[in-house]
Amino acid sequence: MSDIDFTKPLTPWQIVQVARMSGRPLIGDYIKGMCSDFIELHGDRVFGDDRGMIGGFATIGGERVMLIGHQKGKSVEENIKTNFGMANPEGYRKAMRLMRLAEKYHLPVIALVDTPGAYPGLEAEARGQAEAIAKNLTVMAGLRTPYIIVVTGEGGSGGALGIAVGDTVLMLQYAVYSVISPEGCASILWRDGKKAPEAAKAMKITADSLLKLGIIDEILPEPTGAAHSDPRAMVKTVKAAVLKCIKELKVLPADELVVRRYAKLRRMGSATL
Amino acid sequence: MSWFEKPATPSVRTPMEAIWAVCPACKSYVPREEWTAAQRVCSRCNFHDRLTSRERIDLITDAGSFQELNAKVTFADPLKFEDASGPYAAKATATVAKTGLNEAIVTGNAKIEGIGVVLGVMDFRFLGGSLGSGTGDRILLAAEEALAKRRPYIVFSASGGARMHEGIVSLMQMARTCAAIARLQGAGIPYISVLTDPTTGGVSASYAMVGDINLAEPKALIGFAGRRVIEQTIKQKLPDDFQTAEYLQEHGFLDHIVERKEMKAFLAKTLRYAGC
Repeated sequence: MSDIDFTKPLTPWQIVQVARMSGRPLIGDYIKGMCSDFIELHGDRVFGDDRGMIGGFATIGGERVMLIGHQKGKSVEENIKTNFGMANPEGYRKAMRLMRLAEKYHLPVIALVDTPGAYPGLEAEARGQAEAIAKNLTVMAGLRTPYIIVVTGEGGSGGALGIAVGDTVLMLQYAVYSVISPEGCASILWRDGKKAPEAAKAMKITADSLLKLGIIDEILPEPTGAAHSDPRAMVKTVKAAVLKCIKELKVLPADELVVRRYAKLRRMGSATL
Repeated sequence: MSWFEKPATPSVRTPMEAIWAVCPACKSYVPREEWTAAQRVCSRCNFHDRLTSRERIDLITDAGSFQELNAKVTFADPLKFEDASGPYAAKATATVAKTGLNEAIVTGNAKIEGIGVVLGVMDFRFLGGSLGSGTGDRILLAAEEALAKRRPYIVFSASGGARMHEGIVSLMQMARTCAAIARLQGAGIPYISVLTDPTTGGVSASYAMVGDINLAEPKALIGFAGRRVIEQTIKQKLPDDFQTAEYLQEHGFLDHIVERKEMKAFLAKTLRYAGC
């Protein structure tokens, strides 16, 4: 995307392109760049180990946490293994297992969101994609440990939300978060997938719009030229922001945390409350 | 006078639809009277056709027991959304006028065989039963009512999923409704989900799938991703029974498939097992 001029404000459709850009830091880069230690924990204990969703114990700036997140690949081979970051039910169930473990060990959860969406496949349906995501929503809402979300790239609908209900939602400047992809929305409401740029604008999927709507709490600025131009600087920004959130939240008693989270969700995106 | 010169008389015949109903599933013609008496269940193929929320409430609750809650809560237009066919607000306002509904779900207190419950019934006529912020508010507030009164909560779903016109705000309804239901379940209060035709997308991936008990009507379409999206993704034909209630039960996601005529008694019996 050499034609994007980062000195000018980007259109929502340009931001979609940046959010999907190869070279943008992925979960592996964040783990490498901000964790002094990472022990991956595999498997959902029921079916398998989804490579599109990973997680484990991590230490960030001296803080022990549970880190989970979608995993995209950097090459075709990696993307085949990770299914382009589109998790199957076992991915969401692995994430749920790790959330509960985090609760038991009193570790804050850090969830890195970067997925086109939950995988729409025959087997994903057979194994209960809907149930897996739905269950996670109920678990996250009541989890008695801090839960911090960073939308780093694509926040693709239910596939993103399935690990993204928590106390604080951070979002990178050129990340997107939406109920359906702009292409999908355009093909349904415009009856023409090529109207995706218009759909991207109408759906208000960029960080500044989402902040105004009260869906996210903070925008993390990207380096000039976006995250892919200086991944190291991006990782540093994310690390500092996450640490700040951990420090704020870990002093709260679990009861208060859960009450606050419900109060937040109750107001968020309400028509009347 | 030969037949072709006979002056045309305006037809006074009863319209076809008044005499016959056509089953949306098997396309059989069923006498309208029989169709209505069977609560819109096809006598040929047992397809359970969609009901309006009012029809459903009448079938499920004790006569005169339903007291609606939050009737004034209606749609919001947080994005000021406009697509190729015009503004969402205009479309939603027209839907309100046409259906007499303010949102895609009706909620209230009711009795089922004498058992006090909080009931939510979705109505597919309101923008395809889509999950908007007003829908989410009603579901959440009804869950809070059930918690405050310690009454079981029953939700009948019928929805295509998220309401795209409300964008991310629609997605957040999945989190909000599940948060309210999680509190209910944490307090030991029964939550029963009944999935009716269709229950798909964001509704299947939130409150519809997390019942203590998940029930469905026969042959209801239930699934996360749309059939066409899946076929395009995996480039293969899907089995005929894919994403039916029967398929979901076979794969372990539904406790029971319940015929419409049995639903009320089934719910009452289940609630008694739950100590109500």
